[in-house]
Amino acid sequence: MIRAEGLIARYGDRVVLDGLDFRIAKGELVGLLGPNGSGKTTLLNCLSKVVPLHGGRVAVSGRDLSEYSSAELARVEASVPQQLDISFPFTCIEVVLMGRYPHQQGFGTDSEEDLDTAMESMRLTDSLDLAKRPITEISGGEAQRVIIARALAQRAQVMLLDEATANLDVAHKTEMFDLFLEKNRQGTTFVCAMHDLNLAALYCQRLVFLKHGRIAVDGSTVDTFTEETLSSIYETEVRIIQHPDTGAPQAMFVPGQRASSGQM
Amino acid sequence: MLSKADQVSKTAGEIQFQLAASKRIFVLGLLFLTVVSILSVLAATGIGRLQIPWKTVVSALGEGLGLVHFGTVERTPLVVVFDIRLSRVVLSFLVGSALGVAGAVFQGILRNPLADPFTIGVASGAAFGAVLAIALGLGSGSYFGLGIIPFLALLGALIALASVVMLGRVQGRLRRDTLVLAGIVVATFLSALIALIKALDEEAVSAIVFWVMGSFQGRGWIHVWFSLPYLLLGLYLVMSRARELDILTLGEVQARQLGVEVERVRRTLLVGASLLTAAAVSVSGVIGFVGLVVPHLVRMLVGAAHGRLMVMSAFLGGLGLLWSDVVARILLPGGEELPVGVVTALVGGPFFCLLLKRRRGGVILD
Repeated sequence: MIRAEGLIARYGDRVVLDGLDFRIAKGELVGLLGPNGSGKTTLLNCLSKVVPLHGGRVAVSGRDLSEYSSAELARVEASVPQQLDISFPFTCIEVVLMGRYPHQQGFGTDSEEDLDTAMESMRLTDSLDLAKRPITEISGGEAQRVIIARALAQRAQVMLLDEATANLDVAHKTEMFDLFLEKNRQGTTFVCAMHDLNLAALYCQRLVFLKHGRIAVDGSTVDTFTEETLSSIYETEVRIIQHPDTGAPQAMFVPGQRASSGQM
Repeated sequence: MLSKADQVSKTAGEIQFQLAASKRIFVLGLLFLTVVSILSVLAATGIGRLQIPWKTVVSALGEGLGLVHFGTVERTPLVVVFDIRLSRVVLSFLVGSALGVAGAVFQGILRNPLADPFTIGVASGAAFGAVLAIALGLGSGSYFGLGIIPFLALLGALIALASVVMLGRVQGRLRRDTLVLAGIVVATFLSALIALIKALDEEAVSAIVFWVMGSFQGRGWIHVWFSLPYLLLGLYLVMSRARELDILTLGEVQARQLGVEVERVRRTLLVGASLLTAAAVSVSGVIGFVGLVVPHLVRMLVGAAHGRLMVMSAFLGGLGLLWSDVVARILLPGGEELPVGVVTALVGGPFFCLLLKRRRGGVILD
């Protein structure tokens, strides 16, 4: 589905992504992990053609990214950004309907089908009752659900999520990932940049760890979610226990390391 | 007790119903405003220093528009009502519409509710062009009865836009923060040049002041015909991109990810809004506050979606400036006129403060 070869991205002179090679097959649910500044957001933005490549190539569905028009790409890939920055009081349903834009031609008004798709997406993310509220007057978590609904309304085969559930409460967080899992089983490919390691271990089949702009570790969750890997990537001590219900590995952090390692 | 699925389908039905209802209300609102606009134009042509009975006004309008046979009205009221007043009323409505729509577009492109048609220096360019024409003594020259000032004003506006866009480019991309900065630089520089010309040319000062404050004094049909093509072209360009403008307000990154060709769309919108501004400023001078206040007010009434916002702003901007100009014509005793920009600033300033106070939340200064 997605193939990257020798992907390089720079901001000015600073190299952010330094020669990444990877493939993501159709129907995978991949967690993109790594410390702050490791290049997760940049990688997602390269995949959605927002950040230009300085080297290498990316192909989606076997077609080079440069061959896609903006609208074509938005029909294949939907992105959920880290945060929303909006100063105008659009209603939530209007925001979700923006996700239908790549499917509309010319002057494009919202058809009956667009409206149905938008409302269905809002129902899935439990945000339908926000439909008529201005997005400037709801909470961060509610806005995040509306934006996820907008991405769903794009009906794309690939979902690129950048900390999509960071603002959500625990219940909505698991509810959203249950939804992603359900969509994933129906064939949608997910790439999720996240900080919540345990959430990643619960839902992702495969984890890609970035560090200093390179892929440090890439493999199945069972193989990569280990004390050694996590400790070395995040440079802090980590213990692994098993989830009482699912048996998935869960990371426990050890406090007090700053004093004990004598860095003061 | 309803099951969850029933509740959801009920909500969906409600939303559909509400959307349809708000569409109906919008259409009714438009019809209402159309009627009000027509009545306003008629009423405003009846108001002026020369007292003309309403019956004469109506038949003069009829004759001028070719609806009634020639010769039913005396020459003087015909000229006053049709050639002088009606043309001026129509022009003030068009200029107000243009400024209202341009304001809505600039606020959207720059993602800043405090932007207006003058933020990126287009108006200063037009003003500089006109002031230069006045100072060089070209003000009295006449081409098809039009004078050279509007031409130079239009040219100035387009040159200013071009320089702002060139300055605002970073690595081949137009960024809104650099765009605003470039606009401020260009506007400030041109204002300084205008001040310099004023200081050097004592005789032209009063003409320049009238121009810089904006006025419809002495404008006629020729000015309507001059600005109309630019106005229509600008209106078409921005209205055809209303949907993209909605998405652009989410920021460049998300607009791209939603499939908008950001560079191309933003250029179209910028050129369209600048044409509207230039069309307005080239025939009326710099009239402030319409482009700032009107979109604000309309956004509170019909929401943020730019299709509706622009249509409504056209009507309210037109009506607002039409009546402001009536006030500018008749307020002072003894037949002196005020620059209409003074009226819009005097009314618009306090009104804007009121709007700011009424707003909940602090989203104005982002």
